[in-house]
Amino acid sequence: MNHNDIKQEVTGWLEQNWSTELSLLEWRNRLLEGGWAAPNWPVESLGRGYSVDETQVVNDVFRRLGIVFASQGGPRRLAAETILAHGNDEQKQRYLKQTLTGEHAWCQLFSEPGSGSDLAGSSTKAEKRDGRWIINGQKVWTTSAHHADYGILLARSDWDLPKHQGLSYFLIDMHQPGVEVRPLRQMNGHASFNEVFMTDAEVSFDDLLGGEGNGWAVAASTLSVERRGFAQARQSGISSVERVGRVYDEYEAELAIDNEPYTWYPQRQGRVDLVLDRAKKTGAIASASTRQEIAKLLSMKRASELAAEQAEATRRAGTNEIIPAGSIGKLAASVIARQAAHVHTLISGSDAMLSGEHSAESGMVAETLISVPAISIAGGTDEIQRNIISERVLGMPKEQRSDTGPFRDIKRNT
Amino acid sequence: MQKEFTSDQHQFRQSLARFMQAKSTPVDVRRQMLTEQGYDAEVWQQLCAELGVAGIHIPEQYGGFGFGQIELGIVMEEMGKNLFCGPFLASSVMASSALLHCASEAYKEQLLPDIAMGVSIVTLVLDSLDGPEDVGSLLHEDGGVLNGAAKIVLDAASADLMLVVASSSSGLGLFLVKANDTGVNVTSRESLDPTRKLSEVALINVSAQRVGDVDLGNLQEIWRDCSVALAHEMVGGAQHLLTSTVEYTKLRVQFGRPIGSFQALKHRCADLLMEVEFARAATYHAARLLDAGNAAGLAAVNESEAEVYAPHMAKALAADTYCNVARAAVQLRGGIGFTWEDDTHLWFKRAKSSEVLLGGPDRHREWMMQLIEGEVS
Ligand SMILES: Cc1cc2nc3c(=O)[nH]c(=O)nc-3n(C[C@H](O)[C@H](O)[C@H](O)COP(=O)(O)OP(=O)(O)OC[C@H]3O[C@@H](n4cnc5c(N)ncnc54)[C@H](O)[C@@H]3O)c2cc1C
Repeated sequence: MNHNDIKQEVTGWLEQNWSTELSLLEWRNRLLEGGWAAPNWPVESLGRGYSVDETQVVNDVFRRLGIVFASQGGPRRLAAETILAHGNDEQKQRYLKQTLTGEHAWCQLFSEPGSGSDLAGSSTKAEKRDGRWIINGQKVWTTSAHHADYGILLARSDWDLPKHQGLSYFLIDMHQPGVEVRPLRQMNGHASFNEVFMTDAEVSFDDLLGGEGNGWAVAASTLSVERRGFAQARQSGISSVERVGRVYDEYEAELAIDNEPYTWYPQRQGRVDLVLDRAKKTGAIASASTRQEIAKLLSMKRASELAAEQAEATRRAGTNEIIPAGSIGKLAASVIARQAAHVHTLISGSDAMLSGEHSAESGMVAETLISVPAISIAGGTDEIQRNIISERVLGMPKEQRSDTGPFRDIKRNT
Repeated sequence: MQKEFTSDQHQFRQSLARFMQAKSTPVDVRRQMLTEQGYDAEVWQQLCAELGVAGIHIPEQYGGFGFGQIELGIVMEEMGKNLFCGPFLASSVMASSALLHCASEAYKEQLLPDIAMGVSIVTLVLDSLDGPEDVGSLLHEDGGVLNGAAKIVLDAASADLMLVVASSSSGLGLFLVKANDTGVNVTSRESLDPTRKLSEVALINVSAQRVGDVDLGNLQEIWRDCSVALAHEMVGGAQHLLTSTVEYTKLRVQFGRPIGSFQALKHRCADLLMEVEFARAATYHAARLLDAGNAAGLAAVNESEAEVYAPHMAKALAADTYCNVARAAVQLRGGIGFTWEDDTHLWFKRAKSSEVLLGGPDRHREWMMQLIEGEVS
């Protein structure tokens, strides 16, 4: 579609429909009715079937006018995209709308104490009993579980099949007696992730996503959405337009909850944005060796953005080339974060010993130094990204497997 | 020059290791790091009484045991392994080094014996912890009165006495101040490494006694001695983390096998072992050179003369190594390594803090080059 036509259409629609006096829910329901909540989704699933470029046109208009978007905070996007890709009509009906309106919050119940990198090694049990699925097991590192209404859950429905084949993917109601969420504190003092204990938790047959035994394929698509997210910096939804009115107030309240577990995420990315100012302010920029390190950092950062843009362009051009951007982007983010921590240390000198409000950048530098280690672990470790890049992108021979045969016979953590 | 540890030194290390394992467990460390002083005074006294650590390297004439940098290094290394919480670095290492290098005979006799016994906690107040060249711009003495502030002072909250390096009309001087004198303002600062207690010290019209003269030369000597001691602490910490990390990779199973069987992790650990061995070799070497130099008068020792940069090489290598091992220690544990509950972060934070204390690796490598150039020209 012609970009100008899109711009006109959306602007016209907004003139008719956007009002800051609506409640957040009223507004988001209008968005859905108008088909503007997720324009890139198919027409039959709440969207307009727009391409990436076309969607960008819509987003630009929203951003310029300060319009509140559909809800996408936290793991919502992971859940929504996965349900869109693998759900049946009835499941899409049941979950997508209220996820986009923000009524439903989600968490990702994948990692377990015994299986992190080896997600397919899940040993959470899913059994059919009395006309529903009964779930027993423990999940861990579950970000936002303390705010979640539903979870996307990977569990083992068959122990006699090879490990990837015995998994199923469920949508589980977090508000039930069989689900207990306990916060876990991190080395940087925040507690954004949790342990989740499931004891005879229940899932209806209708909430099996993508078919029994198909859990691994479904989980893989969630993970690819997640990896793409790592490389992109979090975009704040709204421009500098003055935010007065009910819809903004309610949106701010939603953001405050959604973002609570993520307040330190910019720090785990290394806070490259602070580097130049700090180097100038402290005079560290005069040091030849520090200048070198800053230049290396800025080059890495810029080159990774350029590589991502080029990959995106290739993707849009629709060639069949393998595009390594996803895994490389995640690995790049972690290399950049480490170099940024190194540079911040150089700039601080012995002041790097301090933390808290009265230390550099109101404590954000110290928080960076002790948050950066997370980025090379969360969402698949650096080592796992390197395995993926070498085996899937470069086509190098795979490691010999030690985890074939029936799952119950595979060596596990005890 | 000594190349090996003597059997006495081995035994001393073993006694220390036993003490640390009993009294400085992660549970102890976690308890102490939440207190204001940051250490258990009883355990400190016991350590001083049983093993005489506080005065290990202080000459016998000043109430110490008269051993050298090697024994001091052994203490620091064993403390570093177990993250021992106590005022050892502040009082026995930094303050005594300042006294030994700068104070008049009378003040050495007055102050060192109590430090050596561990009964008096003295801290060195420097207005920069980055490098000797930077000291003396924020603290000033005029007519026997001190004014100014130091942003970071170790263990000031538990110190009885402070030794302040300040500029004066007759150059830099070392001044003695009682911690509870009026005008001495100690404000606790939040520390990235909660096992190391830091304060800001502000002096407002504090009358002080001048205990000696300071110049760039003896500041460099203080820096050198303390850096070598700190390098030992870092080598100890790095060794501890490498050992525990390797153990973890043998136990943790993913993909049907111990993660230690993945070559990516083996290679990383092998590289780290090389780093640790290098850092250790350089650090021991630096301590031995200092001892040989001190025994013979530095200039008289050919060997040590040729390597005056050794302390800086040791501090830089130890700092980089400790930080690299600490990063790997978190990474190879995966999610567990990033939790508060797991102990790894305690060492991770110490690594970061020791990396920059007394100048980061970049500063030390720069000094190293200056000394090498100086020798050449
Ligand atoms: C801040 C944060 C937020 C998180 N949020 C979530 C969440 O919301 N939901 C969720 O489900 N999970 C979440 N995670 C968990 C994260 O995905 C796992 O921690 C991660 O996948 C690693 O798993 P693990 O912790 O079990 O470590 P392990 O898998 O035990 O890994 C230990 C070490 O072994 C290495 N290793 C493992 N396999 C191989 C191999 N084949 N080759 C080479 N090296 C290997 C790893 O790279 C790592 O260094 C989060 C983690 C963090 C730190």
